[in-house]
Amino acid sequence: MTASLFSILVEPGFFTSEPVRTAAVVGGAAAIVSGVVGAFTVIRGQSFAGHSLADISSAGGAASFLLSINPFLGFLVMGVIAAISMELVRADRAKERDLVTGIATGAGLGLAALLLYLDVTSRSTTGAAVTVMFGSMFAIPASIIPLALAAGLFALIAAAAIYRPLLLSSLDPDLAAVRGVAVRLISLLHLIILALAVALSAITVGAILSTALLIGPAAIALNRAARPGTAVLMAAAIGLAATWGGILIAYNSYQWTGGHGWPVSFCIVTLIFLAYLVAGRAAAPKHVPTRLRPAE
Amino acid sequence: MLTSFTEHRHGAHPHGGDRAATALATNQILTVHHLSISLSGRTILKDIGFALEPGEFCGLIGANGSGKTTLLRTILGFIKPSSGSVTINEDPTSIGYVPQKFLLDPHMPMRARDLVALGLDGHRLGLPLPSKQLRRKVDEMLEAVDAASFADQRIGSLSGGQQQRVLIAHALIRRPRLLLLDEPLANLDIRSIAGIVSLLHRLSREFHTTMLLSAHDMNPLLSVMDRIVYLANGRAATGRTDAVVRTEILSRLYGYHIDVIRVHGRVVVVAADHEHDALGAIERDPVHVAQIP
Repeated sequence: MTASLFSILVEPGFFTSEPVRTAAVVGGAAAIVSGVVGAFTVIRGQSFAGHSLADISSAGGAASFLLSINPFLGFLVMGVIAAISMELVRADRAKERDLVTGIATGAGLGLAALLLYLDVTSRSTTGAAVTVMFGSMFAIPASIIPLALAAGLFALIAAAAIYRPLLLSSLDPDLAAVRGVAVRLISLLHLIILALAVALSAITVGAILSTALLIGPAAIALNRAARPGTAVLMAAAIGLAATWGGILIAYNSYQWTGGHGWPVSFCIVTLIFLAYLVAGRAAAPKHVPTRLRPAE
Repeated sequence: MLTSFTEHRHGAHPHGGDRAATALATNQILTVHHLSISLSGRTILKDIGFALEPGEFCGLIGANGSGKTTLLRTILGFIKPSSGSVTINEDPTSIGYVPQKFLLDPHMPMRARDLVALGLDGHRLGLPLPSKQLRRKVDEMLEAVDAASFADQRIGSLSGGQQQRVLIAHALIRRPRLLLLDEPLANLDIRSIAGIVSLLHRLSREFHTTMLLSAHDMNPLLSVMDRIVYLANGRAATGRTDAVVRTEILSRLYGYHIDVIRVHGRVVVVAADHEHDALGAIERDPVHVAQIP
């Protein structure tokens, strides 16, 4: 029964289709890197900064169509510029930080609007706006796979290298500084790894929707896991499952929509949203029953 | 951090160098010498001086806003003094520190033992590999602060007193010779305060750790403090506890009458005039008198 349902879902060439395979590989890399770095982004309370970085990087994606360069590089360069600027104009108070981030986001999206307009008028790339903002996963060229995998691997190695200093400084910067951690350097490296995750997500689910892959799986995992390492792995696994599940649903949607198919991005973010509703919010963190707490 | 301390010592104050040399010779752990600190144009502390010997338990007492946190952060090297020097006869990166108001999100996936382990290797690069030796060290430390029973719980789910114990274990696991604690007794109930004070006193003896602990109320600490640094109006009065905690000296510091009473073998500090709202925290917090059994 299950076997036959499975075969119905994947029957008309799911595993042999090249667009599907490319989407699964690049999307999988994006999901894993986003889950890993997203766990830290959420712990650090930088969800808004993560979204802002993605929005600003969309200007780079838009520029890449004008300059005829690889969109991944466009997203990445703009994302890294945003990351470095964020670290340089670091405001100490949360309110001020939100304000600066918000204004920079507006400016970045404005620039993206101009560049996308120029894309459409000067190069007649009509689909550019949708591709940059919301992704076109079944249209990713297979030639991008090696670059995407290399970037993903680099991001994971960098995250593993700074794992403990990043964890400690995310918990409390002063504790980390006393331990001898270069807190601002670690903070900058976190934002650069974040820019890599965002660039990978931007070429798959789109710049704007990359937030969903970054924050959703991490939020669920942080709520569920008992220790930090488990949370990081769990976030990557949830993101990967949602991405591959979304690809499968979008692939099958061609049958019930009469050959048009729903956007893969929509299916992925919807799965993440549903998973959060079911598992991320309602569940109080499981911990050992306190019984009679020893009096201090 | 090492360089910043060197700068304070040699650059900032003309006499800093001589005194630093004396400090090294007399085996003092921490020497604060003619220290003045201004933050955004406002003078917070002026001409502060004191020295701590190995194993001493020192209370840094003062009202809210008297500069306790500023002084601790200057000793840690986070704030540059405008003049004077801080000399630490110890590798500055092996000072232990327990920050103020460390309240963790209950949803943070981190157990008490994870935070204690980060005290040992939180600065290291690479992934943490499971190691028997590390686990044993962490278990020993948790045992030493009576936190073994909640070692596997999320820190966010622990009570304030339990969180303090975990943070103390995090700070002490590398066996620093100097431990700075910022208001570790704030927001704790009476029993937790007594528990933390006796724990810190025991640890300072066991590990021979010099402790500098800030508090707005000196009463819970009177029985264990060897030395007191009292901050008010940007100045400090320092000395052995029995020399400072006297009716005439405290009255002069606070600027109005303070009684130092000895009852049932204990010392209690009481403000005579509750209406008088001068500098101290004591008159605003008469409840503290009841905290001494």
